Formats: sequence, C-alpha cells, structure tokens
Amino acid sequence: MLKRAQALFLRSLGALLALAAVGKANAESAASQLNMPQGVTEVSQAAYDIHMIMMWICTVIGIAVFGFMFYVMYAHRKSRGAVAENFHENLLVELLWTIVPAIILIVMAIPATTALLKVYDTENADIDIKVTGYQWKWQYEYLGEGVKFMSELRTSQDEIYGREPKGEHYLREVTEPLVIPAGKKVRFLITGNDVIHSWWVPDFGVKRDAVPGLFTSAWAKTDKVGTYVGECTELCGKGHAFMPVVVEVKEQEEYDQWLAAKKQEAAEYASTIGKQWSFDELMAKGEEVYNRSCAGCHAVNGEGIPGVFPALKDSAIALGPVEEHLRVVVDGVSGTAMQAFADQLSEADIAAVIHYERNAWGNDMGDITQPVDVLNYKQGK
Amino acid sequence: MAHGPATLADGWVKYASRWIFTTNHKDIGTLYLWFSFAMFILGGAFAMIIRAELFQPGMQLIEPEFFNQMTTMHGLVMVFGAIMPAFVGLANWLIPMMIGAPDMALPRMNNLSFWILPFAFAILVATLFMEGGGPNFGWTFYAPLSTTYAPDTVNYFIFGVHIMGASSIMGSINIIATVMNMRAPGMTYMKMPLFVWTWLITAFLLVAVMPVLAGAVTMMLMDINFGTSFFDAAGGGDPVLFQHVFWFFGHPEVYIIILPAFGVVSQIIPTFSRKPLFGYSSMVYATASIAFMSFIVWAHHMFTVGMPIAGELYFMYATMLIAVPTGVKVFNWITTMYKGALTYETPMLFSIAFVILFTFGGFTGLMLSIAAADMQYHDTYFVVAHFHYVMVAGAVFSGTAAVYYWLPKWCGKMYDETMGKVQFWIAFIGFNITFMPQHFLGLAGMPRRYADYGLQFADWNMVSSIGAFMYGAAQILFLFNVIRTITHGKPVNDPQVWEGAEGLEWTVDTPAPYHTFEKPPEVK
Repeated sequence: MLKRAQALFLRSLGALLALAAVGKANAESAASQLNMPQGVTEVSQAAYDIHMIMMWICTVIGIAVFGFMFYVMYAHRKSRGAVAENFHENLLVELLWTIVPAIILIVMAIPATTALLKVYDTENADIDIKVTGYQWKWQYEYLGEGVKFMSELRTSQDEIYGREPKGEHYLREVTEPLVIPAGKKVRFLITGNDVIHSWWVPDFGVKRDAVPGLFTSAWAKTDKVGTYVGECTELCGKGHAFMPVVVEVKEQEEYDQWLAAKKQEAAEYASTIGKQWSFDELMAKGEEVYNRSCAGCHAVNGEGIPGVFPALKDSAIALGPVEEHLRVVVDGVSGTAMQAFADQLSEADIAAVIHYERNAWGNDMGDITQPVDVLNYKQGK
Repeated sequence: MAHGPATLADGWVKYASRWIFTTNHKDIGTLYLWFSFAMFILGGAFAMIIRAELFQPGMQLIEPEFFNQMTTMHGLVMVFGAIMPAFVGLANWLIPMMIGAPDMALPRMNNLSFWILPFAFAILVATLFMEGGGPNFGWTFYAPLSTTYAPDTVNYFIFGVHIMGASSIMGSINIIATVMNMRAPGMTYMKMPLFVWTWLITAFLLVAVMPVLAGAVTMMLMDINFGTSFFDAAGGGDPVLFQHVFWFFGHPEVYIIILPAFGVVSQIIPTFSRKPLFGYSSMVYATASIAFMSFIVWAHHMFTVGMPIAGELYFMYATMLIAVPTGVKVFNWITTMYKGALTYETPMLFSIAFVILFTFGGFTGLMLSIAAADMQYHDTYFVVAHFHYVMVAGAVFSGTAAVYYWLPKWCGKMYDETMGKVQFWIAFIGFNITFMPQHFLGLAGMPRRYADYGLQFADWNMVSSIGAFMYGAAQILFLFNVIRTITHGKPVNDPQVWEGAEGLEWTVDTPAPYHTFEKPPEVK
C-alpha cells in the first residue's frame, strides 16, 4: 500500500516537473521569465540592481541559517542518541545576533537610498504627458501639444471567453499605444478619473498610483526603441485585468511625424464637427462606441447588471427627453459609477452612442442626435 | 458545580443550551476553534474557485465581477474568520490553564464575544446571494472603489466588520484582564509561558487598532449614505487618507495574526527538543519591540501612492529595522533545537516548517521594504507569495501544530501520527508548489487580483493551481484526523502527554477536566 502511494507520488511529481519543462520549451523568447526585468531605463536598472543585492544577501543568510538548522535537525536527533543539554541563555551570542543584522541593514540602506533618489528625480523633463486612469482604459494627453487620446484593450471578448483562439499578444495589445521619443526625458503626470488605478511599465521601472484628485509623477528616459507592455496594478473593478499599458518608444524623427499626424487628425476632426450624420451612420458608429465604452457595465443587450448597473433598455433616460440623456452621458452622475464622458469621447462618439441607446434593443425614439447637438450642449452650460 | 457539562445524553435542548449559554473558557475555546475551522474551509473554497479560474488564461468558470468578490471574501474570511478566531480559541483554552486560573476574568463577555461572530459572518457571506453581489473591492477595500463605486451590499459588509471588531475588542479586553489579574501565586510576568506573553501583547495591539478599523468603515458609511466626503476628492476629501487609516490598522493586524503563532511555536519547539526555550527574556523583548514597530511602518504598503521622498525613506528604514527583532526570534528557535534531543512528531514538523517558511517570507519581506525595488514588486504576485508565506506557513501552520499538540490534552485521545505526518507532507509540498511559483509570476510582471492574464504567465499559474488543490486536500485530511481522534483516538491518561512538555497545562488531568485550577496552584 505504502509502496503504491509512493510510486503514485513520484509519478505525479514527475508529471509536474515535466509540465514545468514543457512550459519552458513552449514559451521561448523573453516570455516565461523568472526574475525581475532589467528594463531599459536608469530607474528600472536601479530597481533591478538593488533587488539582486537584496536577493543575494538574503540567499547567503538563508543558506547559513537553514544550513545550521538542518545540521541541528540531523545531528541532534533523539533517535541518534542525542541527550538534551539544559542551557538557555548566552548574552554574547544574543547581543551578536542583534547587532550584526542591524549593521547589515544599515549597509543595505545606503544603496536602497541611492536607488530611491533616482526614482524621485523627476525634474527637468523634456516632455510632459498626463496619464489618466479610467474604468477601464488609459487616457494620454501630451501637455502643450493639444494631442489627447484613449488607449483601450484590443483583445476581443471572443478571445477572452475562449470562443476564438488567443492571439500572440493576448491582453497585451491596445487600440492606440502611448508613443514617446527615444533619448528624451519624459515625465508622466498620473491621476485617476474614477477609482484608483496604478500605471505600471516594468521595463521603465515606473509604477505610480492613479489617484482621483491627486497627481503623482514618474519619469523615463531610454535609448532603446521598442514596444513595452505594462499593466494596471491597483484593483479598480471588474475590468482591472483588462486595461494594459502599451508604450512605443520611437526614434525622434518618427516620433515627430507621429505627433504631427495626431495634431492634423485633431484639426481635421474639429473642422468636420458640423457635418450632419444619417440615422444609419449614427446607429453603426453608435453600436461600435457603445460596445467599446458602455457595454462593460450596461451590457451588450442594454440590460445592465441587475442591482449594480442600470438597464438602458426601456429606461426612463433613454426614452425621455434628449437633454437629460445628454446630461447623463456628458456630465456623468455624481456619486455613482456613471462617469462623465465629456473628455473621454469625441462629440461624434457621444452623439452616436446616445442615438444608438435611444434606438436599439427595442427602444424606439426615432429621433436623431448630431455631434453639433453635443457641442451645443457642452458650450451651453 | 458538582455535575459536569451537559452531554447529548441529557437531550439536545440541554446540550444546545450548554453551548449557547456557556461561560466556560474551554467550551468557548472549542466553539472558537470549530467556528474558525468552518471559516477556514469556506475561505479555502473561495481560494479553490480563484485558483480554478486562474488554471488557464481566459475566463472559463466565472465572471471577473464574481472573481473580485472571491478574492475579497477569501481575504476577509481567512483573516477575520479563520486565523484570528483560531488564535482566540487557543487563548481561551490555554491561557487560564497556563497561568493557573480557573477561567477567563470576564466569562459572560467571553460568551458574547464569540456568539456575535457567527452573525457577523452570516451577514458578510449573505451578501454573495444579494442583488449586486458581495464586496468586490479587495480585503483592503480602498476608497473610492469601496464607497462611490461599491455595490449597495457594502453596507452589510461595514456592519459585519463592526461586529467582528467589537468581538475582537471584547476578546482582547478579556485576555488582558485575565493575564493581569488571574495569574496563580508565584506566576510572575517573566515566568509566563511565551504563548501567554505573545497573546498579552497581541491583545493590546487589538485594543489599539480595531477602533481605527471601525473608524475607517464608519467614514465609509458616512461617505456612502450621509453625503460626507472623507475619501471623495470631488468633495474635498482624499482617497489616500483612507489608505493611511486602513494601514494604520492593517499593519498591526498582520502582527496580531503572527504574534500568537510565534507563541505557539515557542511552546512546541522546546517540548520536542527536550530543552528549555533559548533566550526567553529576549523573546519577550523582541515580541514587544515588534509590536511597537508595527505602529510606525504602515505606509510601506503605500510606496507607489506618491508620498514625498522623506516619507518614503522613513518608512523604508523603519520597516527594515523590523528584521532585527524578527531575526532574534528565529535564531532563538534554532538555538533551542541546538544540542537538544529532537523528535519529529506532527506538531514539531509543522513548527519546523513554520520556522523555515516564515523566515523565507521574512526575506521577501525585507526585499519588499526597499522602496525602489518595491516599485516593481508592489501589487504583484510577489506580494501575494510573500504574505502567504508568512500568513499561511506562519499562522496556519502554527495553528495546525497547536491543534495536534494540545488535542490530546483537550480530548484525552491521541491523534493518528501517520495520518498527521501524511497531512504535513501534503500540506508542505502543496503549499510550496502553490506559492513558490507566485514569486516568479510577480517578478515577471503579473499583478495581483487579476481575473485573467497574458499567455506568458500560463505555466506557473497552472503549477500554482495544482499546488493549491493539493494544499486544499490536506485540510480535508486534517478535519478527518481531528474528528477521528475525538471518536476513535487511543486514550491518553498521562497528564504530561509529551515527554518534554513543561507548563501548568500539563499538570492537570488528561483530558483536562471541565473546571481546572479551582484552587490556584503554587508556582515556584
């Protein structure tokens, strides 16, 4: 019986090890790593260095302490004929193992302090970018450039729920990444719009909480062009795992081109705001915006989540006066999870989504909301 | 007083009345222990759901909304329902017997402090079945996610926390009153067993910080229902204030959990080393200094919140210092074993595993104290691994050791040693398979409280889940072993039970009579 149990145990242990080995083989590249990344900035390098120093110090102490302990456990077994002694004090030893660790700690504190000073060195930045956490996406605003956009998860619900195979960049891809130039000191001014989020890019060594009503700052400067992926690291509701951070570092020239194109885009949008959209155009656009920005709470079928998020289907707002509907979407409802979308969505998006909500899932108002109505509402306040 | 406690033979009304109205410290201790085990199984079930969902990337079994409820409830139930009441149960059973007192100083309050607990948890768990679901904002319930953005059931959560807090405060007052007033003649403070010492200090911590927690949830209640803005930036409040208040409670709280565990291990290791505890007085001083320090390090949970650098440096240095008294304790335990005559019964195995794994968790704790590195560790699985090494391998392992160690004294029967050892090895291996890979996951960049993750984290998550199921299975074996001991265990009559055991609780009959030390013993 015992033999069989033993064999079973060994076999399952073997299976487990094999599994780990297969896992290793599957995930080549930098994917399946065990240690902290060294990253591409001074700050991430400093974090890595102090992490390694600490790990080695702990390893050495651990080997000494556990080594001695295992020796004792082996050598002073009763079954080996050990007879217990009766000592229970030794002032010298006790003083030593209080003072020596204290000295080790003081020595550790020196590099730890230097590293932290580096993290906090946010002065003299070349570029300031405001990062705002929303449930559940990031907004990036290039201060002084008039460029601002949302960055949301691009992975589809079908991939998440296993109806489609998961892509290579599963949960690590966004609609529009943050773009920064190589070789420039970029300062991130981080805040939150609704709840607390946390903006983390491991390769930059940057992690800062995005607290509503507060700005925190961090910085990054790197020469290494590439794409760096991070995460939201403060629980922010059900979409917490679904709001990755993607940063692209481009050469200065490319960055300049990209920025110019973004400015152009903004200017073009402003000039077309007066355009009249047709009923069906608005429905199509509205459905797209709704599913991206609203369905997370109000559900794709407009029925919400009972007790948490209200239904829009047959709701008083969607079937009431359009001014009230505009007010809710543009300004949000304070004291609830309904955010103000004035800064999150363009006028065209807001118009389309209101139109969609008033005319989808059996809601049948038949009226049309145009981008210019949204603009008028905003300006009329 | 002549008749003993009601048994089932007296009819179930009398039997139930005995437990409901009991003022006997042993009965109340038993109630606490069974209640905490029930909560441990419940919290464990939540953990199994979490690990099952995380077995593979993608959402398979539950929705992210429910996932958040599971992580929250797992934390709350384990901390407030399983670990804390388990140690209060041990305190109830053991402190009077260890200091030669006939019972706790305030027996009626003792009854009340237990019997409000099941209601607190009934309220908390009931939210899972209500519209909107249970609390989904993490056991740390940071505002404004737990206020403005919380489901309506948050009010039940607040009420539940208030009741738990009241229970803890009453329990602690009782322990302080008992230890200070009811020691047998000759039992001076510096002769008290270390378990009593650690609990006395813990009780002071509880009395100091539970009102802070009550304050935090009351401010939440006001923000949610009465239009105040303590934590709402839009109304002039500050979400970071919540974190300061919470962690001023929360950091001492982790020592509230671990100090009695230190006490348990300090009783068990000398017994199976057949040698007195090394450095008794330094153990007492170390415990007291850890308790003091626990009040001045809270913001190390908030290194990424954007504190001024002076604040970061202070909290970093203060946190690093805790390694000194903690190290003293570990060295003392190991030196107690040195030149002893060691045997490895189940309680000793769990205690040794405690020392090793707790120390390991201490190392990662030291790493986490370095603010610059914590910017990378913070809120990742590295932190999850760290606190499970200290909370599970610390508190739960020592609680398990305590049950095996004193069970023969409690019920007069010996547990099955083989089954105990099998449980130990499954638990030890399962625990490490669960939580060791979580260090790698965290360092590689997986944040905690994630319902889903990128493909690069798939392998270690699967390994971790397998370990978790294994660790879960070990607890079923534990339950089985304890019940079997009570029903079928081999009777023990020796008051001493263990060859090397010392202390007043080992001088009374086995099983311990319903009333002990009605005449105080003389302590020399």
